[in-house]
Amino acid sequence: MSETTYHEMWEKLNLDLPAHDALLAVLGKFYGDIYMSQQGRLKGMEYLDFVLSEVHGLRIKELQEAKAAGRKVVGAFCVFVPEELTLAANCVQVGLCAGAEAGTELAETLVPRNTCALIKSFIGFKLARICPYIESCDLIVGETTCDGKKKAYEAFSEIAPVYVMEVPQCKSDADRALWRSEIVKYKARIEELTGEAITADKLGQAIRLVNAKRRALNRLAALRAADPAPISGRDALLINQVSFYDDPVRFTTSVNALCDQMEERIAAREGVAAKGTPRLLLSGCPMAVPNWKLPFVVEGSGAVIVGEESCIGTRNTRDLVDETAETLDDMLEALTDRYLKIDCACFTPNAERQDNIIALARDLKADGVIHYALQFCQPYTHEAFKVEKALTRDGLPMLAIETDYGMQDVGQLKTRVEAFVEMLKA
Amino acid sequence: MDVRLDALGVDIGSRSVEVVGLAGGEVVVSLKAPTAFDPAGQCARLLEGLAAGRTTATGYGRDLFVRTFGAEARLGVVATVTEIQAYARGAAHLFPEAHSVLDIGGQDTKAVVLAPKGRVLRFEMNDRCAAGTGKFLEFMATALQVPLTEFGAFALRGRRGLKVNSMCTVFAESEAVSLMGAGERPEDIALALHLAMVERLSGMLRRNACAAPLVFAGGVARNPCAVALVSEWLGTPAVVPADPDAVGALGAALCALQAAEMRA
Ligand code: SF4
Ligand code: SF4
Repeated sequence: MSETTYHEMWEKLNLDLPAHDALLAVLGKFYGDIYMSQQGRLKGMEYLDFVLSEVHGLRIKELQEAKAAGRKVVGAFCVFVPEELTLAANCVQVGLCAGAEAGTELAETLVPRNTCALIKSFIGFKLARICPYIESCDLIVGETTCDGKKKAYEAFSEIAPVYVMEVPQCKSDADRALWRSEIVKYKARIEELTGEAITADKLGQAIRLVNAKRRALNRLAALRAADPAPISGRDALLINQVSFYDDPVRFTTSVNALCDQMEERIAAREGVAAKGTPRLLLSGCPMAVPNWKLPFVVEGSGAVIVGEESCIGTRNTRDLVDETAETLDDMLEALTDRYLKIDCACFTPNAERQDNIIALARDLKADGVIHYALQFCQPYTHEAFKVEKALTRDGLPMLAIETDYGMQDVGQLKTRVEAFVEMLKA
Repeated sequence: MDVRLDALGVDIGSRSVEVVGLAGGEVVVSLKAPTAFDPAGQCARLLEGLAAGRTTATGYGRDLFVRTFGAEARLGVVATVTEIQAYARGAAHLFPEAHSVLDIGGQDTKAVVLAPKGRVLRFEMNDRCAAGTGKFLEFMATALQVPLTEFGAFALRGRRGLKVNSMCTVFAESEAVSLMGAGERPEDIALALHLAMVERLSGMLRRNACAAPLVFAGGVARNPCAVALVSEWLGTPAVVPADPDAVGALGAALCALQAAEMRA
């Protein structure tokens, strides 16, 4: 890759070049330690390694080319933003990751200190000018999920082109009607941005495209039920993370190719860990790039991760949009229904999440669940209590972890996770 | 000539290193040294002249131990267990009827509910801060200028009535200082600090449904005020081992012994 061209590009995006170089160096080292040290990885992971090595390079170049060709780039922080509408208007949608500690002091000038690391991170990335994705966005779509994000978008809209969707907090008919109207409003907003009308034809295509991506990820998720586990939790998390910013068609093809390799491996009874290794399901807050801390700790403690019940995981892929709708109106109905199935902890009472976790743990033959919540995240730290109750009732042991992006607590986390694994083995 | 043991347990904590050696099912070696700034060196000194078929390390320095001594033939197979497992095993061995274990060490606090044979049914470990750990008492003893070893007895002479609200070590210290400035008796302040700590611990015990018989282990179990207040909360005396800091090393040695027997 040609660093100089990228430097020009980054300069044009008004990045703080020294700070950005430093970020890439840390990211590269971190990736090396956590990913390249793994044994028995699938051949298909080379594609993911490549995508990650070019995460601020080639992919950003592609975005600039798309923009030069007149397409718009839309950023999102939450899986509630309907990608189908974005794609139907011929835009590129990227997930803005916010999984690293960066610009924290700067962020704390805009949001209170007791704000979760994810929010601080996206504000910090923007203020420190080190994220080429944020800088490439023509529109950033926020949503009224947790209070932290809701208020942060108010501050963020002063420094970035923000549009906020109102996500309801319950799932009654009135809430559904509200969400339906928010989808219609978003459609209008994105049409205004592009000057292109979204037709039934285009939306139908986009629905099938995004469904195909979800199907590929669901196929991968289901293959992880095999023992020995055919893929590490770290790699599977990376794939889900990359799904948010890679080109959807290319990504889907690569994931399906990877699944073919996994099937071969399963047929040969091979895997990344010995048969009988304790199997854990991660559940809770999303882990955005490069937040690989907990998976690294877990898989360094004699266990293997077999699933992620999170928005960078099955919560994002489980439900598909009905493809049978023919009119634009029916498609918007189908989108409304599909997105309201998301069992985010921001909803109340959100009992379906417990059922979904139990079902997933059973399907994947998990021996236990690690509930992961970011410090100061009200919705997920609250749900940890009731999830634990429900799982215990069902005979599934759970360990609740509350942490952030810092590395200071790695030793402590390791002790707790190891003790949990010892408990499962005994 | 080395003393030959069946199994060795080594607990490398933030404050001290303990070594327990088992032979013929009995504890025949029990040693202790401060961790200081050289845990590996302290381990080497304690282990001088000892040999075992199997050695298991626990505590926050357990991985360091394996890196340093993993290849030393006289220690046999070197493995690790967590402090949680080690304390559970050690406590259950000493008190087979125990229901749960409370271990307050220098840097962390754990509550463990036991299953049969010293297995762990549930556990909780405090978060990253020093609140509710030995460190908390250490800071407070320094603030009140009382030697740590006498702090518990000192607090027991206090009268009830004062309240320290914050459990954050920094804030609690400034609360203690302002109480002193207001002319309160240091003994009363010391008692209030112990009460605040035990109140915090009781949350952990309650959440995990820890009940008597409860084994109170770790360095803080040498503090008579902490023991009295935990017992008061339980409604029955907490069980304190003769050597509360050595429970982890004993548990590690028992794990080593079990692993050796399973291989035999
Ligand atoms: S956890 Fe909730 S708020 Fe966060 S991305 Fe998922 S749906 Fe959105
Ligand atoms: S992790 Fe929790 S607090 Fe942070 S943005 Fe997500 S829902 Fe909000």
